[in-house]
Amino acid sequence: MSPALRPHFSTAGLRHGARAALPAFPGFIMFAVAFGTAAAQKGLSLGETLGLSAFVYAGASQMVGLEIWQQVWTPSTILTIMTVTAIVNARMILLGATLQPWLRDEPLARTTLNLFLLTEASWLVGTRYHGEGGRDVGVLLGCGIILWLVWLVATLTGFFAGALVPEPRRFGLDLVMPIFFGVMLVPLWKGAKPAQPWLVAGIVSLIVHALVPGYVFIIAGALAGVAAGMLIE
Amino acid sequence: MTTLGSAIASPWGSVLAIGSMAVVTYLCRIAGVVVMSRVRLTPRIERGLRALPGSIVLATILPVVIDNGFPALVALAAAIIAMAVTRIDIVGLLVGLGTLSVIRILG
Repeated sequence: MSPALRPHFSTAGLRHGARAALPAFPGFIMFAVAFGTAAAQKGLSLGETLGLSAFVYAGASQMVGLEIWQQVWTPSTILTIMTVTAIVNARMILLGATLQPWLRDEPLARTTLNLFLLTEASWLVGTRYHGEGGRDVGVLLGCGIILWLVWLVATLTGFFAGALVPEPRRFGLDLVMPIFFGVMLVPLWKGAKPAQPWLVAGIVSLIVHALVPGYVFIIAGALAGVAAGMLIE
Repeated sequence: MTTLGSAIASPWGSVLAIGSMAVVTYLCRIAGVVVMSRVRLTPRIERGLRALPGSIVLATILPVVIDNGFPALVALAAAIIAMAVTRIDIVGLLVGLGTLSVIRILG
């Protein structure tokens, strides 16, 4: 990979991104199969299940959405599911913030699509590539497209086949996402001093997790890390 | 309001539910980019943003891993060591999952 200083876009980047997304496949498949199965058990139609996966495309909020899914909707239940979705997905605001310098000069239409496909996994793959000097936006998009397709196929599989893996825990698959995240921490490592804010982020997230239910701990920890980064010279 | 109410109560309700979830999720996805394109980057803000990716990762995984106890902690450590040595992400992932399943079988 030749480091380029200016952001650009190429179809070779799309292929590179699709290949780089491979380690995220197990986590995506596990989660989407589980979602498809849960949606079928909850009585959602195939169209509703695939609609959620295709257009919302955010696992945690889809799962939480199932919890408050209604047979008959009212304005207030619609408002509830909107609010809960926003709270669960607010952490994505932070992902976008880190990508902005890379996407600054991109055409609006492509960024519109690129951000629609943004997930933690594609962001991690893109951030790693960017950290190694890569600037091809195609990598981010290629990763996003392939993961979206995997997500849809796995949702469909889950809807019809139920739990394919009889005991996911036996293979450690219930923790595939955090372990993947931990692995991707390694390329982000640039020495102990730049990592000091991470420690603050970790500690704050633990405290908030112990005190507040839900996913607030991610946002609280990440913001604490940013604050620490701003304060540490 | 009654027409709106009956439209929401009809089968269109689930389309509306999916649509509204999709819209707020998309707003979350673009908000960071939109906000940052309007903020002038001072060195201080840049330092903060540089700390963000690692902070997001740690804030996401640490509570989950600690909730899952000692086996998860060991598996995470094994995955990170394997990644640091080989620099191949899929190897790190497989070592982590393998370690976790071995500990669970033995325990």
